[in-house]
Amino acid sequence: MGCNHCEEFSRSHLMRRAAAEAGRGLPSIEPGMPPPAGTGLNRRSFMLRSSAAILSVYGASKLSFAGFEEGIAQAAGGNDRVLVSIFLDGGVDSLSVLSPTTDPIYRSMRPTLALAEGTGTPFAEDPSLRWNPAAASFDALHRAGKMSVLPGVGYDSPDQSHFTSRHYWEVGALRPNEVTGWMGRLIDTIGTPDNPLQGLSLDGSLSPALATGSLPVAALSGPSYDLWVKNVWGQPEELMYGAVGELGRAAARTKDAGMKTAGGAAAQAMALKAQLQPFSGEEIVPPVPYPEGEGEWFGESLSALAAMLHAGLPIRCAALSAPGGFDTHDNQAESFDTDIRVATESIAAFQADLEARGLADRVITLVWSEFGRRPEENDSGTDHGAGGSAFVLGTQVRGQMIGEFPGLAQLDADDNLRATSDFRGLYCSIIEQWFGVDAAAVIPDAGAFGRAALIG
Amino acid sequence: MDVPVYRGKFGEREAARLLWRAGFGPKPGEAAKLARRFNLNGAVHALTRPKGKQRLGGPAPVDEDGLPLAPFDAYGHDQLWWLDRMVRTNQPLRERMALIWHDWFATADVNSQKFSIEQAQLFERLWMGPFDKLLLDVTVNPAMLVWLSGIDNHRRAPNENYARELMELFTLGASDAKGYPYSEDDVREQARALTGWTADYQDDVGLVNFRLDPKRHDTTPKTIFGQTGAFDWTDSCRLCVKHSAHKTFFIEKLWSYFIPVPPSPKTRKALERLYVKRGYAVRPVVEAILMHPAFYRGPAMVKPPIVYIAGLLRARRRGIESDWSWMADMAGQRLFRPPNVSGWNDARWLDTSTFRGRWTAANEVAGYDAIDDEASYSATETPKAAVRKAVKFWGNPPLSRQTIKTLERYAGAVGAAATADWQQDTFRLLRQNALRMLVATCPEMQAS
Repeated sequence: MGCNHCEEFSRSHLMRRAAAEAGRGLPSIEPGMPPPAGTGLNRRSFMLRSSAAILSVYGASKLSFAGFEEGIAQAAGGNDRVLVSIFLDGGVDSLSVLSPTTDPIYRSMRPTLALAEGTGTPFAEDPSLRWNPAAASFDALHRAGKMSVLPGVGYDSPDQSHFTSRHYWEVGALRPNEVTGWMGRLIDTIGTPDNPLQGLSLDGSLSPALATGSLPVAALSGPSYDLWVKNVWGQPEELMYGAVGELGRAAARTKDAGMKTAGGAAAQAMALKAQLQPFSGEEIVPPVPYPEGEGEWFGESLSALAAMLHAGLPIRCAALSAPGGFDTHDNQAESFDTDIRVATESIAAFQADLEARGLADRVITLVWSEFGRRPEENDSGTDHGAGGSAFVLGTQVRGQMIGEFPGLAQLDADDNLRATSDFRGLYCSIIEQWFGVDAAAVIPDAGAFGRAALIG
Repeated sequence: MDVPVYRGKFGEREAARLLWRAGFGPKPGEAAKLARRFNLNGAVHALTRPKGKQRLGGPAPVDEDGLPLAPFDAYGHDQLWWLDRMVRTNQPLRERMALIWHDWFATADVNSQKFSIEQAQLFERLWMGPFDKLLLDVTVNPAMLVWLSGIDNHRRAPNENYARELMELFTLGASDAKGYPYSEDDVREQARALTGWTADYQDDVGLVNFRLDPKRHDTTPKTIFGQTGAFDWTDSCRLCVKHSAHKTFFIEKLWSYFIPVPPSPKTRKALERLYVKRGYAVRPVVEAILMHPAFYRGPAMVKPPIVYIAGLLRARRRGIESDWSWMADMAGQRLFRPPNVSGWNDARWLDTSTFRGRWTAANEVAGYDAIDDEASYSATETPKAAVRKAVKFWGNPPLSRQTIKTLERYAGAVGAAATADWQQDTFRLLRQNALRMLVATCPEMQAS
């Protein structure tokens, strides 16, 4: 038993041998902080606090808290371009977003789930497809020239495991053992060593797509970091938190991997608690309405992101997941429309928010899922498929279809939709046309993929 | 070659680790007693071969209003029902194995607490396998039939949900360097073999009468892993267990629940031989893992949140009297709600968010017996005495000297901060409450 590297062996690793290894490769988590009051950065720090944020900084072991402040200061009021990545978890049924309603094959493959003929509005670039009325807000964005649609995005020899296919999308390559994410490598290329906010996860834990090789990135969750103990107050309480941190730091210094993890978490928690203490929370009031009700936390996350961008926080890539479960093996009719409505309407509200705040020209949003679903329904739902749909939106986006609808007449070897565009080509287009860097530095074998006219 | 056996000292520290990893931690004095009464072999067998029926000792569970639980009906009481068993059982490994199978065959919300509980009972009953039998029973367990669409798998419209996870997550594993141990065709053929299960929907009751309906089953030949036959769901399970990739998958996965470093290839192969030779029995494999040198010599393992919570309650001999559902969720592990079909992410048990959840849980347990801040208290208690008292509060868990020293330093600092007269007793009282939290949340209590 020579190996004592705890991180290299966990069940999750085992279960996802090929998948989400980006998570395994993450550098250790450290607490970040909004800069303290009185540094001239009050507004930005206020925004961080008021975004209901707990900030964890990944891979910033060499980053001092002073450095953190500087990183924010340098980018203050910056005009850097931003990419927001939104993941629809479970494999969205693309045929229920844009449906070939008049195609008899579609009607025979989808006897119960087909969108009724005549419902929805035609897709402006391919009238054989109609938008699901629940995704009408995407139709509006598309008609306004602010959204490029990829109606058949995927890759060759598609993998139908959620974990593996999602992993491929996250790392930007068909590499089971890749440990850095595609946006992480982009940040390694365009980022700075003192700005963890350049890659920001809004799901609480770090998105594997943002896992960097060297530079710091961060994850946020809410809503506050209060701790309390019954019948402990005053100086004994204050000193107690100091002791929690001390116990944690001591354990983190040992050679025992389990103790390191447990101690590190305690030390980080106490640092975070101390750092967030000076700031008082205040609600964000977005300039436009976001959808309320089920899944409204998603809109709240997006409005917090818009507020943070507005406050000048130096974010370059942000990642979050939409609510809902799109792994609709059964009872698809009962959940799909609600879920896709919450996702698309919240995203449309985010776009309107960015426009109202004057930020829209420097932000694009990518909406993706790990795969599409099987064209032939299974009675009440659909099984894992291959080619799916993705969307890129923003005022600077060209709004022109990338690839075409692959059609149902000719399916792939597994009876799934063919891919008419490759997600790695899409990534290359974003990297080159939006960030102005050579995609070869980020995407393996970048030259092999066609580029789409995405921006301008 | 046999599986290596730990030959070092089996004292209180080793016994405590065994009780934490193969259960939910010691009750006060239990680790010392186990080490005194047994050698390693005896201690392991006391857990793996309990005599008699399982008994639950201690106070019966109640909800936060002091009322009895309604596990099938009241929201969250399904979780309390199980947490109670973890806390009060006299056969902790049985419940711990059930928790392992819950993670292994991770089934989340099936819209019926009854189904969730019945699945947990299945895991309790077949806690030691044999695995082939367990797999068969899980495959047609109502919660699983709902969760992975088994009852939606009709010969005219095969549903691949269970077929894929059966192989990827339950028996064979995802692709490795050599690729997948199965093909997409195998997924489809397995799905066809698994067709036929159904249930009826009854108003006000929900799904009832789970059964195999021959009319829904595809009786035509299927080719699975290169073998052809008119396979049904039992064949589907059997072919997975007999697949050459299964034994490695099984041993590596089971091992990972007990030891946070991988088995050496020699150990792994020896365990694989044991597993196959004993007809897919789980007990001999678990016993070999619990006696392996890596179990005692290797690094500490972060406790799953629910184990941590149950352990705090055991250490205090308290029962269920709070709404643990939201606190367990905050700590990162709500029973019957794994994040997805691959179970909980054991590499991510502890971060700043889940630390706060564990803190909240510890405060809840400590809070039951927190000293009232109006009560009278010693104005002269020394730091050493204060620390001893706080460690005893949790049943004297073995803590390192360094941890004790840090606690004493804290206690000393509070004593020094007590300058005013009124602070002499009050600060020492508050200090005792704080020290109990410091013990409960210290790294040595989070990992074992």
